[in-house]
Amino acid sequence: MSTTSGSSRRALQPGPSGWLAAPALAFFLLFAIIPLIGVLFLSFTSWDGLGEIKLDGLSSWTTVLTDPVTGNALLVTAKIMFFSFIVQAPISLLLGVFTAGGQKYRAALAVLYFVPLLLSSAAVAIAFKALLDPNFGLGAGLGLPFLAQDWLGDSDLVLFVVVFVIAWQFVPFHTLIYQGGVRQIPASLYEAAQIDGAGRVQQFFNITLPQLKYTIITSSTLMVVGSLAYFDLVFVLTGGGPGYATRLLPLHMYLTGFKANDMGAASALGVILVVIGLALALLLQRLGGKNRNASQLEGA
Amino acid sequence: MESQMKNRTFRSAAIALSAAAISISLAACGSSGPAGTAGSADSATMWGLTGGNQPVLQKSVTDWNSAHPDSSIKLDFFANDAYKTKVRTAVGAGQGPTFIYGWGGGVLKSYVDAGQVDDLTTFLKDNPGVQDRYLPAVLKNGVIDGKTYALPNNNVQPVVLYFNKDVFDKVGAEAPKTWDELMALVPKFKAAGIAPFSLGGQSRWPDLMWLEYLVERIGGPDVFANIAANKPDAWSDPAVTEALTKIQQLVDAGGFVNGFSSIAADSNADQALLYTGKSAMILQGGWIYQSMKKDAADFVKSGKLGYTTFPTVSGGKGDPANVVGNPSNFWSVSTKATDGQKKAALEYVKSGMFSDSNIQGLIDSGAVPVVKGIESKLAASPDKDFLTYVYGMAKDAPNFTLSWDQALSPAQGDAMLANLDQIFLKKITPEQFVATMNATIGK
Repeated sequence: MSTTSGSSRRALQPGPSGWLAAPALAFFLLFAIIPLIGVLFLSFTSWDGLGEIKLDGLSSWTTVLTDPVTGNALLVTAKIMFFSFIVQAPISLLLGVFTAGGQKYRAALAVLYFVPLLLSSAAVAIAFKALLDPNFGLGAGLGLPFLAQDWLGDSDLVLFVVVFVIAWQFVPFHTLIYQGGVRQIPASLYEAAQIDGAGRVQQFFNITLPQLKYTIITSSTLMVVGSLAYFDLVFVLTGGGPGYATRLLPLHMYLTGFKANDMGAASALGVILVVIGLALALLLQRLGGKNRNASQLEGA
Repeated sequence: MESQMKNRTFRSAAIALSAAAISISLAACGSSGPAGTAGSADSATMWGLTGGNQPVLQKSVTDWNSAHPDSSIKLDFFANDAYKTKVRTAVGAGQGPTFIYGWGGGVLKSYVDAGQVDDLTTFLKDNPGVQDRYLPAVLKNGVIDGKTYALPNNNVQPVVLYFNKDVFDKVGAEAPKTWDELMALVPKFKAAGIAPFSLGGQSRWPDLMWLEYLVERIGGPDVFANIAANKPDAWSDPAVTEALTKIQQLVDAGGFVNGFSSIAADSNADQALLYTGKSAMILQGGWIYQSMKKDAADFVKSGKLGYTTFPTVSGGKGDPANVVGNPSNFWSVSTKATDGQKKAALEYVKSGMFSDSNIQGLIDSGAVPVVKGIESKLAASPDKDFLTYVYGMAKDAPNFTLSWDQALSPAQGDAMLANLDQIFLKKITPEQFVATMNATIGK
């Protein structure tokens, strides 16, 4: 590529035409950019969802930024993000490496691991809500008192229950990403390492992990930014309660907009959510290093 | 004019997008199984609630449609909590049903202010028979600024203190008549390994019933009337602080079942605790009789379900006969409906609703219709004890306060439920509650 001269560059440029992106861009404009502008506009108005939309200056913003519930929602979101990542990343990575192996039993297990991904979040939440019920749930059903905790009603416990249920649902997805990543690693690298006398653990840390660098970045971006969008599952499971213990930012936005019918404040929260999401995505991409187009397979 | 049009178009677009997002997340909560009726494109549309009254409404509309094919109604059902969000979004986007189901109060007022529901005053004047059939106290919850915008459509739903007679016999207790008696029962039941009170705390509105009744018993109906009238610092009434303190004392004493804040009332788990004998009492709406009649038929039939009014509080100003709850549900007619839909809707309200078979259907389901002259029908019902009790309670109440979350504006109602939840969890003090709520006055 670097040897091509300037004049013939256009003719030789490989890859599909930019026009192929047009349909996606059109949808993105219609369903992401335009609503985003709408939300930005609404955040400077006051509107209860029924009457006239009134321009209201910064009052929605001052309401949102001075409301302690907003700060709490940010904190809860950060906690969920942190714990979700800590729990999901290692489990998915190990499961991904495990299921990438060619053995038949691993393939069978991979199919089983995949099942939670097929269920809708609402169904998962309803099922867990029933299982975790302190009076009629799993504990009572199996006669195991230690399972009959007040899982969803204890302000300190509920956050970890939510992290667990989220992990239960999303680990399979990230496992799948890692499985694909591991299968891309050339077998020759492992063969060479074996000849050099590297054990399985050494191979994992010196070949698998470095080779998975970009897979890890992709998966982490999805995990971290995705945790800004955990809504349906938490909404059905706890409704943000008890108190404000699981009122995540997106949930807070929904409840402000559609329960308290304050669309202005809800839009301001929406803008905050978008800004945080973009910032995090950019940050994680940067972590991938400046030279992220460099080949990982040099010398392979 | 043009800018208003633009504004409106934009608003519809904005709300349609939000509606789409919601409908995806709420689709799972919609009706399931054989429910609803089909209709033609110009049929009037009606959204009802799932639960005890669902089969009664279903039958009423099916009967109406077969008798009046030219003014048919298309009926769909939604779960309570999901409905409240869905209907507002739909109405805001101009996609609402012809019949808007509601509770009256502040929520109805927000529809009136936005010009979304028709004024039915003239209809009532032209059809005196419609007005005359109702218990008068119930009609007023559909009246805003002297005009009627909503007409009662089902049954009176006072909040009742239910108890399990089996459990009471086992412990040797009697239904509490005063707050002190109630508090004295708590250790008795706990010693027997039974939770004194069941509570669907995750749904939040069951918490509110405690505050409503305690404030009513301590300070009388004026306390909340002032709050609803948006008087400055109305929440600072000492009755509110005392009621909240009493609630926290009951929480401290272990009055509520373990894990009450993870129990959802929508799944009826709170009632199940009562009829399975895991808890002794529950403060809940009159409507749960209908579901217990279905879910725990033997328990109800064998007379093990006890019920009484909320206990008095010593030194309290409220009349012990006063009641809180939902006087009824209501139909409003959407201003956005076509003339044909509106005509069909009003015809149904006039002669389909509260027809003899509809009244009988309500009574058979275990509910008390909000109409006059049904004493003999109630007395002939297998549920006559409960029904005549509820009828008397509603008819003789000097004051029937509408559930606060419906009486207040949506913004105030939401803040109140969230903060009351914190009171039950002991995360905030009564004083903090009062201060936070005073700040919402007028919102």
